[in-house]
Amino acid sequence: MAQERFDAIVVGAGPAGNAAALTLAKGGLKVLQIERGEYPGAKNVQGAILYADALEKLIPDFRDDAPLERHVIEQRIWMMDDTSHTGMHYRSDDFNEERPNRYTILRSQFDRWFSSKVREAGAILLCETTVTELLKDSRDRVIGVLTDRHGGPILADVVVLSEGVNGLVGQRSGLRDELKPKTVALAVKETHFLPQEVLENRFNLTGDAGVVIEAMGTITQGMTGTAFLYTNRESLSVGIGCMVADLAAAGVTPYSLLDRFKRHPSIAPLIAGSEVKEYAAHLIPEGGYNAMPEIFGDGWVVAGDAAHLVNSVHREGSNLAMTSGRIAAETIVWLKRRREPCTKEYLAEYHRRLEASFVLKDMKKYRKIPDVLHNNPQLLSLYPRLLSNAAQAFFRVDGQDKKTKETQILKSLRKQRGIGGLIGDAMKMARAWR
Amino acid sequence: MHIVVCIKQVPDSAQIRVHPVTNTIMRQGVPTIINPYDLFALEEALRLRDKVGGEVTVLTMGPPMAEDALRKALGIGANRGVLLTDRFFAGSDTLATSFALAQAVRKIGETWGAPEVVFTGKQTIDGDTAQVGPGIARRLGLNQLTYVAAINAIDLEAGTIAVARRAEGGVQELSTKLPALITMLEGTNEIRRGTVPDVLRAARAKIEVWNAAAAGITEVGMCGLRGSPTVVKRVFAPTPRAAKAEQVEAKDRPYEAVAEDVMERIFAAQPAMEAELMRTAAGY
Repeated sequence: MAQERFDAIVVGAGPAGNAAALTLAKGGLKVLQIERGEYPGAKNVQGAILYADALEKLIPDFRDDAPLERHVIEQRIWMMDDTSHTGMHYRSDDFNEERPNRYTILRSQFDRWFSSKVREAGAILLCETTVTELLKDSRDRVIGVLTDRHGGPILADVVVLSEGVNGLVGQRSGLRDELKPKTVALAVKETHFLPQEVLENRFNLTGDAGVVIEAMGTITQGMTGTAFLYTNRESLSVGIGCMVADLAAAGVTPYSLLDRFKRHPSIAPLIAGSEVKEYAAHLIPEGGYNAMPEIFGDGWVVAGDAAHLVNSVHREGSNLAMTSGRIAAETIVWLKRRREPCTKEYLAEYHRRLEASFVLKDMKKYRKIPDVLHNNPQLLSLYPRLLSNAAQAFFRVDGQDKKTKETQILKSLRKQRGIGGLIGDAMKMARAWR
Repeated sequence: MHIVVCIKQVPDSAQIRVHPVTNTIMRQGVPTIINPYDLFALEEALRLRDKVGGEVTVLTMGPPMAEDALRKALGIGANRGVLLTDRFFAGSDTLATSFALAQAVRKIGETWGAPEVVFTGKQTIDGDTAQVGPGIARRLGLNQLTYVAAINAIDLEAGTIAVARRAEGGVQELSTKLPALITMLEGTNEIRRGTVPDVLRAARAKIEVWNAAAAGITEVGMCGLRGSPTVVKRVFAPTPRAAKAEQVEAKDRPYEAVAEDVMERIFAAQPAMEAELMRTAAGY
């Protein structure tokens, strides 16, 4: 039997893979998408926040039928020590707009919906099929994939590797190194069910509006990481994640961190009375720009988590995944129309386009952050404590005059970190942020 | 030869969740699977086809989304899928279901050749009745072999089939005339993994979608809720028993004393039962 040939094969049916397959199919290409899970979303884990902009560029009217939980009208950022949190809250009725900007979602439902759009566009999806390796010709050009099914390889002009954080196919095919513990975070989360009415009362919500809490501080016990609590329609997603290297060095298990976070006096009342129905764990590529592997070559491109495209400072990942998948696909469609081959030379256009987009601009902007956080554990342990002490001294009324109070607060800052340390930390953060 | 396999799409019982507030089954978002027992029927049908040649048609009745189950069966290696879907079929019990499926099998026979064998699983995991297979056999006048553990021989020229049937207390070796309906027992074979060409063909295959009229069903009164004498009075989750099991010490005691002890405790927990038993005993 003659081997069937596709214009493009997309590995994986997450945000990057679906964005790529959708764009390729809409561009008139013959597309095969291969997913190892039983159905799209079966193996995908995220917090999860959906950023409307990236999806709108793919499916402008997604709000009509996508399974969305709540649109976010309030963002809370908490610096936590062991007994307190100092918070910045931003809540605005402006977020109750016709086309809201951010939504909470449940990925298993959302991904199936997304995938249905991909198939409607004409892509063929194979589930329960694992791509084991890329097929290369004698000149080391990728010409297709091998799977765990009998019946031979499947050929294609180009392979989009949107296989997720582990990047096993790329690794087995010698396109990239193994993941390093310093460049990935391990996050765990639980889904807590609460009656809708209780949840809405507890978070001052009406209708489809939702609240997002991002937290950092001593809850990660000096390790680089953050925690979160998101409101879904009738459940809460509660999770915490830290860099794998830090967890290993500290000998701390992620679920014990989550347990502590859930017992924190600022969190416990928010989840009281809820019933845990799901738990999940996932790796997040948080090594930033410096940890990115090669993302294009002869007959292949990499998108999404597999390309390490996560902006850990802004908690963005799925939007970078969708955007990179879309741009990779647009590049391939563009090359096909010009009848150019999908060689490394021509696929470099994908990298150029990604550099011109927010994706690589943001990745570059924060390229130093992972190292700064890793090398300066005081940023997430000492400062939250100092901040908390300062706030408490400031708000506690105890007969002490205010001038003395302020002096004491400043003195404690100097004593705990020293002027040099304080200025140094500020400089380091400012430089990394630039 | 032509083989028809009847399958059903069922909720994956391993992933069903009970709503924590209303205590009802949350069907939304629960993944569906092919009824696991039906996979043994499908594999046996494919083995039979591979041995003697021919085609395997997979038939299901259900909502439009049941097409996924057929596509999966095609990806495993079946040749053709037929989906019987119509609002007339909604609410069917086993009587109405077997009526509709029997009509569809008849129509499949008219379209692609009369099947020599019709397969079903021994039962479904959501209904657990094991009535639909025998119902189809009866309506089509097929010889029926239920709880089949293995197919020992088939002779198309003589028109016979020999099987091993698991029965209480042993295994029966039976043979009968074709056409026949076989309900397959679980654990009798292992479902194969479709090849790359199989799954590609399945992804693109056009599923035959038949409404009642297309299947040649005119007696809609025999279908769906109207054709279903079974009435579901109530669905409920059993409440777990609060009381712990009691233990009665039996070691080194005369058995009469142990029995006495057991009865005493049962009657203490169920006074009504004691009264009832006493009344019955008084009658003798």
